[in-house]
Amino acid sequence: MPAYLVPPPSAIFVDTWKLAGQVAAHTLATTETTLLGFAASLIVSLPLAVLLTASPAIANAIYPVLVLTQSIPKVALAPILVVIFGSNELPRVVVTFLVAFFPLVLSIAAGITAVPPELIELGRACRASRWRALWRIRLPYAVPFIFSGLKAAITLSVVGAVVGEFVNADKGLGYLIVTSTAFFQVPLAWGALVLLSLMGIILFQAVVVVERVFFPWAVDVDTPGI
Amino acid sequence: MIRIDHAAKTFVTRGGEEIAAIADVSLEVERNAFVCLVGPSGCGKSTLLRLVAGLVMPTAGAVSIDGTLVTEPREDTGIVFQAPTLLPWASILDNVLFPLDMMGRLDAAGRARARDLLALVGLKGFEGKYPRELSGGMQQRAGICRALVHDPDILLMDEPFGALDALTREELTIELMRICRERPKTILFVTHSIPEAVLLADRVVVMSPRPGRIAEIIDVPLPRPRDFDMEAAHEFQAVARRIRELIFGARVRAT
Repeated sequence: MPAYLVPPPSAIFVDTWKLAGQVAAHTLATTETTLLGFAASLIVSLPLAVLLTASPAIANAIYPVLVLTQSIPKVALAPILVVIFGSNELPRVVVTFLVAFFPLVLSIAAGITAVPPELIELGRACRASRWRALWRIRLPYAVPFIFSGLKAAITLSVVGAVVGEFVNADKGLGYLIVTSTAFFQVPLAWGALVLLSLMGIILFQAVVVVERVFFPWAVDVDTPGI
Repeated sequence: MIRIDHAAKTFVTRGGEEIAAIADVSLEVERNAFVCLVGPSGCGKSTLLRLVAGLVMPTAGAVSIDGTLVTEPREDTGIVFQAPTLLPWASILDNVLFPLDMMGRLDAAGRARARDLLALVGLKGFEGKYPRELSGGMQQRAGICRALVHDPDILLMDEPFGALDALTREELTIELMRICRERPKTILFVTHSIPEAVLLADRVVVMSPRPGRIAEIIDVPLPRPRDFDMEAAHEFQAVARRIRELIFGARVRAT
């Protein structure tokens, strides 16, 4: 393959390292957008999943709206968001959120409803209120499901952040890819790509570690990285 | 103490079919009596237990404890299920304390009682362990402690030893009798095992299936404390034979 399309790793490293300071700033910007969008998706998904599992009537009302948000291509939505929110961080965070929250809501809802009836019966036998049963039985039981949703959501958050940056940004690794390819600085673009991949891997592993540290009982020790 | 008055329970399946689990059961259980419910599968003994537990409401008749109608699970009953049903994310001690926690009665006295109970069943030192680190028999012992931690007057046990191997069953049968001697309770115990029922009970209630009814209530005239040597006693075998007649005699006639 021609070197100007797929440069050798040495060229990628050198060109990226030359602008280390700027690249670091871009990386930080994308990380910020990713984490903000991810946090937003978690904060919204949890109560939303609880609502969805609370009653079939509520679920029937909410589900269509949720599916609608997913059927709209985010790349198409992003410019409209820029018009609505202005040319700043917010549209990028909203896009990140929209990309990440749906699988998370589904995972949490699946976990809450997967609780075996014996555990629910135990809660009733101990005279636990519905709220206590949710907090002390359903949600703890749902932790493995929640974390599988979180792992999907964090990798999608990186994608969402980059999509947002492609459409409208003045910093970030997605922005860097767009500008460096426009100026035919191909090794730099590849460098940004490598950094994005690393970011995805590191953030994913961070979620894995959090699960292992705070919820050791939920982790299956025989399947690493899951 | 426990009074079941012409109770009946009909379940409706998803297809709209009505299944009569119990039809017209009446039973009185005196304070501190040990009563076993024995019968083949489908005779409604677990349903009857759940009626007394307040987990299920009767479609006819009434269940009352000390004169008060049972409408929901009560603080003076403790329930032991067939599966230990321990919370995997909590330590054994926290699992045993769960009822107190849910009832908002968690205090130092409760914690002390939980530790005493665990020591009583031979689980001293396992308070900080997690359920997955314990064998099935040990988990079930913890389940029994959990049912006793809030010091209930009534203990309802639904085939508590059913999932255990035969040796652990024998061990826990002896242990249960020891617990009863130290802290007398009114006990309703559901089992498939005829020898287990005769060994444990003051009275054995034999139920027949489809729909569940009481076939007969048999007194067990054996002195306490009991042990497995009594299985050879004439009284033991007479009661066991009568129970077998009621259960298998009916089945033979049905074919």
